[in-house]
Amino acid sequence: MIEIKDLHKSYKMGSNSLHVLKGINFTAQSGELVAIMGSSGSGKSTLLNILGMLDGADNGEYILDGVPIKDLTETKAAQYRNKFLGFIFQSFNLINYKSALENVALPLYYQKVGRKERQVKALNYLERVGLKEWATHLPSELSGGQKQRVAIARAMAAEPKVLLADEPTGALDSKTSYEVMDLIQKINDEGNTILVVTHEEDIAHMCKRIVHLKDGVIVEDKKIEQVRAEQYV
Amino acid sequence: MFDIERWQEIFDTIRKNKLRTFLTGLSVASGIFILVILLGFGQGMQNGIEKEFKQDATTSIWAWPETTSRAYKGLNPGRVVRFKNRDYEMAGRLFKEEIEYESPRVFVRGVDIVYGNEALVYGIQGVSSEFQFIEGFGTSEGRFINYKDEISLGKVAVIGKKIKEDVFNKMDTPIGESIDISGIRFTIIGVFNEQNEREEERIYIPLTTAQRVFNGDDTLNTLSYTLPPAENFEEAVASAISFKDNLRKYLKEEHMVAPEDESGVRVWSAMEEAKRYYGITGNMKLFFWFVGVCTIIAGVVGVSNIMLIVVKERTREIGIRKALGAKPWSIVGMILHESIFVTAISGFAGLIFSMTLLEVVGPHVEIDYIVNPSVNFNVAFSTVMVLIFAGTVAGFVPAWRAAKVQVIESLKDE
Repeated sequence: MIEIKDLHKSYKMGSNSLHVLKGINFTAQSGELVAIMGSSGSGKSTLLNILGMLDGADNGEYILDGVPIKDLTETKAAQYRNKFLGFIFQSFNLINYKSALENVALPLYYQKVGRKERQVKALNYLERVGLKEWATHLPSELSGGQKQRVAIARAMAAEPKVLLADEPTGALDSKTSYEVMDLIQKINDEGNTILVVTHEEDIAHMCKRIVHLKDGVIVEDKKIEQVRAEQYV
Repeated sequence: MFDIERWQEIFDTIRKNKLRTFLTGLSVASGIFILVILLGFGQGMQNGIEKEFKQDATTSIWAWPETTSRAYKGLNPGRVVRFKNRDYEMAGRLFKEEIEYESPRVFVRGVDIVYGNEALVYGIQGVSSEFQFIEGFGTSEGRFINYKDEISLGKVAVIGKKIKEDVFNKMDTPIGESIDISGIRFTIIGVFNEQNEREEERIYIPLTTAQRVFNGDDTLNTLSYTLPPAENFEEAVASAISFKDNLRKYLKEEHMVAPEDESGVRVWSAMEEAKRYYGITGNMKLFFWFVGVCTIIAGVVGVSNIMLIVVKERTREIGIRKALGAKPWSIVGMILHESIFVTAISGFAGLIFSMTLLEVVGPHVEIDYIVNPSVNFNVAFSTVMVLIFAGTVAGFVPAWRAAKVQVIESLKDE
């Protein structure tokens, strides 16, 4: 599903150049649940941005579902993001004046799905994250865990190939974190490919594979025994 | 444009920012309002001046003699020039092709006017039958002097409406009444009316009668003419000026007045005066346009400014939208759509308000030189369209900036 070969990325900081990614090689199969770990400055956010087509690589190959991602125009990148990727953020990033339902329906709007169909689909996804009754509520009326579940429903709504989660539990307490991880695991059980960036060991161990980044290179890549979040909920 | 979702987006943002939207709208609406009112008054001034000049037939040209100021052909300066009947006849023959109406005029001085036991103090002028067309007045009762009166030295008089009101107010009509001018009985045959009251305090008698009975010579005080109506204003002015110059040249030669002498022979053209006033109104209009356009520019800058703030406020939201797959042009469209919507609504509001005000108040405006200020709807409408276009251009820069929002930057936690 995801194929990365010898990926390099450096940022110019004035006259200095900061080499952030120093040749990343990484492959993820369809249906995998991968945790990307690393301390701050290890390059994990940069990697996620490149995977998310929010930033381009300097060197190397990135193939997503057989499609080479290279030299994208903004319009093309937007199209691919909409079609291939679903984002889950640490700070949820819901649009605050839109109801939960409208937030979930938004990626469908950009897929040019009709209004009626959009609402039906969005409601369906809200039901799957257990928030059907909250459809008309604004984000400000929801708890942190609920917000993240709405965000997950939104990421799912576009039916992407890959879900990219950037510290999805970073702003939540442990109980809510496990609830969210439980949801992510269940979505993964249905065959969705998910990449989770985290620095929390327990969250990482709820994935099926852990990739350790350090100073711009992968230092460790191991399959693990998945800890189900269900038992903590 | 007909995307319901996008309309909802706009209404959502407007609802969320009522004050901001209201202030933007107000600046645009007042821009249009001021422009329309200014244009209306520009038009009002033009109407007023046109009206002022229509009273005297606009094409009238007057010539009168004065004292010379330069020596010429052995004649000393300070000589008094006098027009004679011959000048009138010769000029009439010479410029026959160009003239529509013509009339000489003499002032009858040193006479006593008596009606019954009452002594009247009014000016008496001897004129020919065509004089009424040159002054452009109508006869409200009876008739004006005619050709027959002229050749028969008729003892008839036409009085101004003011005289009728002052002196003959006790009867239905003054026609048929007699007045005594230095012992000679004149029968009143008509009443004329003019806009200007001062000119209504006059008595007209046939020129021939005035010359033979009172003045005893063939001196004329004024030669007056009108030219036939021209296709347009410019042509009318051109022919008036050319006629004026030719007439002056002829009269100067005839009376041995130096060609470069400013006095001696004077010719005045109403048209030329009118042109000067039109020139002023033209400049005024230009100035009004300038002020109006500046106001609109201020409005447009306001819109642009507000949209920049909107974009800044919504940076995060735009970032989210881009992460979800919004294309740059869809972001540009969203921002522009809002800017166009606000400009259009407030622009038309300003237009409707100012037009209504002009329609309602305009006809009641009674100020000198301002008559019925009004504005051409098409002009006003086009102005709003231009404003909307300008609003679009003004909104484009912020919109473009919005489309260029970096997703990573915008989603960073503050």
